[in-house]
Amino acid sequence: MSYTKRNDGRKFDQIREIEAKVGIIKSADGSAMFKIGKTIAIAAVHGPRDLYPKFMQNPRKGILRCNYNMMSFSVDERIRPGPSRRSKEISLVTENALLPALSLEQFPNAVVDVFIEIQQADAGTRCAGICAASMALADAGIPMKDLVCAISVGRVGGKILVDLDKFEEDYEEGSTDMPVAMLPRKDEISLLQIDGHIKPEEIEEALELAKKSCKKILEIQRNALKEKYEKEYGQDE
Amino acid sequence: MSNLFVKDKQLVLPGEIVAEGMDYLPAYGIFRDNDQLVASKVGLVSIDNRLIKLIPLTGTYTPKVNDTVIGRIVNVGFSGWTVDFGFSNLAQLPVRDATHEFVDRRSDLTQYFDFDDLIVTKISNMSKGNLVDLTMKSPGLFKLSKEKGRLVDITPSKVPRVIGKQGSMISMIKRLTNCKLSVGQNGKIWIEGENEELAIKAIELIEKESHLPGLTEKIEKLLGGNDVLHKKE
Repeated sequence: MSYTKRNDGRKFDQIREIEAKVGIIKSADGSAMFKIGKTIAIAAVHGPRDLYPKFMQNPRKGILRCNYNMMSFSVDERIRPGPSRRSKEISLVTENALLPALSLEQFPNAVVDVFIEIQQADAGTRCAGICAASMALADAGIPMKDLVCAISVGRVGGKILVDLDKFEEDYEEGSTDMPVAMLPRKDEISLLQIDGHIKPEEIEEALELAKKSCKKILEIQRNALKEKYEKEYGQDE
Repeated sequence: MSNLFVKDKQLVLPGEIVAEGMDYLPAYGIFRDNDQLVASKVGLVSIDNRLIKLIPLTGTYTPKVNDTVIGRIVNVGFSGWTVDFGFSNLAQLPVRDATHEFVDRRSDLTQYFDFDDLIVTKISNMSKGNLVDLTMKSPGLFKLSKEKGRLVDITPSKVPRVIGKQGSMISMIKRLTNCKLSVGQNGKIWIEGENEELAIKAIELIEKESHLPGLTEKIEKLLGGNDVLHKKE
């Protein structure tokens, strides 16, 4: 039995509906919301600001500190609040996914804090978090080499497809989940994890799919940023 | 062979390619990646012949030498003060740059500036590691009163609009509200005088509508209305 039709009726190369908004948290220096299907991530950026304890400071360049957190009501069964093994791992990979896009040399001894909260989870939360964080960083005015787009690809029931939801992630006859983050200007990959079995040639096929989907996500991210700033600063100025 | 992909004053986003080829030069907010010139922040492009720079629309304040800023004393040491002026690093104000008076080695420095005092000060020096030195030895730099006046925060990128062309906006607010105003490039504005509330309203309006045309008239109307009231009294 192979997976011939997707659970929610999407095509195999079709991503879920995306909604993005910039500037949602007033007290933060930059903030954004990224909603893909039923997954909602919000990100807030604070800084660059003073870094303490002092031994963590780097006089050569600023550091990036990410914090990924799932709200206790974000999943079907209540998740225990606070850091867990999983959230620590995702904070780390998010940090590594965002760092290649930032130029923090201008902020020695300082830190840029990124807080990602998952309000509602339906698979692909780390990708949604990265997308939201990259928009929030741009909103905060941190110098960036590029925006970062992320999407999960994978193999469900022998089919290569894009943007898995929870049903597909838990598919009985085998499911492989592969989150990918990209810097679309030069098609650089800054995050690649694989959970499951997949053949090397299938990885290439999946990456090609991810690349195409990231272009679509970039467009949505750019529109969200433009929407905020065009409203504030008319083009005639 | 060089191509320009943007118009003057166009909104660009990080990672957007603004030009191609070696004929254009990157300035603030733009960086070169091999053949491409790429924007690094959200901002408006400003093209000056071959030079392309970016006017950022967001972000915290980036200090420059000779900027006038308003800061708060956070620490008093042996040889100077530590000042917070809304930047990721704190700044140093050494005694020799703080006053013209002779200061004895053992004297108590709080008699000049105490904790939580606000000062209008100038950035005299900056190191590559973002160490900032301040000075008070320049006209128009002083300690702000603790009893009177109030401090307003605005986005640092909108400070030029508050000042206006050759200070036209700020002098109008000063004239029509009978207030003394000190504007720091770090987005902090000190207001002291008769009509503080009105001056704050004017500044809030500038911040909200800084991009719209006819801003000066709007502010004049807002302030002028009150000016008429004063005359009636």
